[in-house]
Amino acid sequence: MLNRVFTDQLQLGLGQSAAAALLAFAVVLLARGRKVHLEGEAAVALVRGLVQIIAVGSVLVVLLRGPRWTGAFLLGAMILAAGAISTKRAKGIPGSYLVSTYSIACGAGSVIAIMTWLGVIDTAITSLIPVGSMLIANAMNTNGLVLNRFHSDVLAHVGEIETALALGASPRQSIAPYIQTSFETSLIPAIDSLRSLGIVWIPGLMAGMLLSGSRPIYAAIYQFVVLTMIFAASGLTSLVSTMLIRKHVFTSADQLLLRPGFSHKLSE
Amino acid sequence: MPDLPVVLRTDHLTRSVGDRRLVDNITVEIRSGEFLAVVGSSGSGKSSFLRLLNRLDEPTAGTVLLEGVDYRQIPPCELRRKVGMVTQRAFLFPGTVHENLGFGPRQRGEELSVALAQELLTRVGLPGYLSRDVANLSGGEAQRISIARALANTPTVLLLDEPTSALDEASKIGVEDLIHSIIRERSLTCVMVTHDVAQAARMATGVMMLEGGRVIKAGSVKEVLHA
Repeated sequence: MLNRVFTDQLQLGLGQSAAAALLAFAVVLLARGRKVHLEGEAAVALVRGLVQIIAVGSVLVVLLRGPRWTGAFLLGAMILAAGAISTKRAKGIPGSYLVSTYSIACGAGSVIAIMTWLGVIDTAITSLIPVGSMLIANAMNTNGLVLNRFHSDVLAHVGEIETALALGASPRQSIAPYIQTSFETSLIPAIDSLRSLGIVWIPGLMAGMLLSGSRPIYAAIYQFVVLTMIFAASGLTSLVSTMLIRKHVFTSADQLLLRPGFSHKLSE
Repeated sequence: MPDLPVVLRTDHLTRSVGDRRLVDNITVEIRSGEFLAVVGSSGSGKSSFLRLLNRLDEPTAGTVLLEGVDYRQIPPCELRRKVGMVTQRAFLFPGTVHENLGFGPRQRGEELSVALAQELLTRVGLPGYLSRDVANLSGGEAQRISIARALANTPTVLLLDEPTSALDEASKIGVEDLIHSIIRERSLTCVMVTHDVAQAARMATGVMMLEGGRVIKAGSVKEVLHA
């Protein structure tokens, strides 16, 4: 229906965005009925997402004419931004920005670097940026999940953790069960995506490849490649994140900093 | 007990959080085999004091000497093995009673033998509980297991943080008797936090009364509680 109203492609895009946003807000209103207030966060996220993607689209137009190495700068900036966004899911965890940024850089960054070197990801900006951004975005989500789960698990088990410490356990031993649960939980979306590939969903990248003239079977195989890279990047991010965060929630004298109503700054 | 050696000594021990002093300049000596009860109302700093002895929190001033050694010189894992702690709620780890009893020794790469585990269980009045799942224990049984678990580490000092306050009256008396007899039998040095003055009078040899993090009275049970 919208393509009959809007003949210009840009106008059509904005019209489609408005329709999708209206649907999203209908869900927000339904949630409000159940006393779950997402209005502010959802409105900011929608506007921010639209502005950001238009900005990136505009930057891509410029970068496509520039040298290939500029792609690395853009990916670096994406990792820094992903670290900042991911940190918001880990409020109260000391040093969460550094942990998030290092983890995403190690997880997504190393997979992008290895796969680009192997020739799995093309160095052309039109390929490097979309595939790289997918890996970074998924690593960011995984990192947010792992930190969020770790934070809530530790706060819910302060008694058990301090009992373990009081019995002579090291910090590593005392939080091992919560690290394991956080790691497993954070990888559920990546595993489910792989499991449901082609049955429940077909990633947009495949449609793009088909439109650009790739053979359908190659486009299909490449989707598997992308999702496997996402799994590797997410897993590595989660591993690094759980390894680093452990050091931030204890003092050098093995005292737990993450406790309900306890500001870690006061204890230092 | 003036002739017995000092096992634990706090030296101007203080802990502040923001501008609030939770523990304020406490200096006390606890001799070998002494049972010190720390009493006071809610918020008086009793539990904060106990947490400092186990170094679960860091003093902002002063220190603690364990057998004459500044406890900051002792690795935290080793210190906490020597200064065992039983908390108000018995936080048992998922698994069997045997796995819980062996938790402390396992941290040092040692296995708690079945014979020793059974001896500990007999001592806390729960023989035959070795392979039971801790999920099926009552509050009183769980607290007895947590005492046995602390003893499996063979501590020099035992810290008790309101060990009977979460129990019903029948369990409370049983656990209280158990603690009393174990402490005497093993000549353990013990510091117990309690809000129950009558319990302190029944169990302790010395009493320290806190208010606003400060010591307002200290001495023998008779001097502090019956004065």
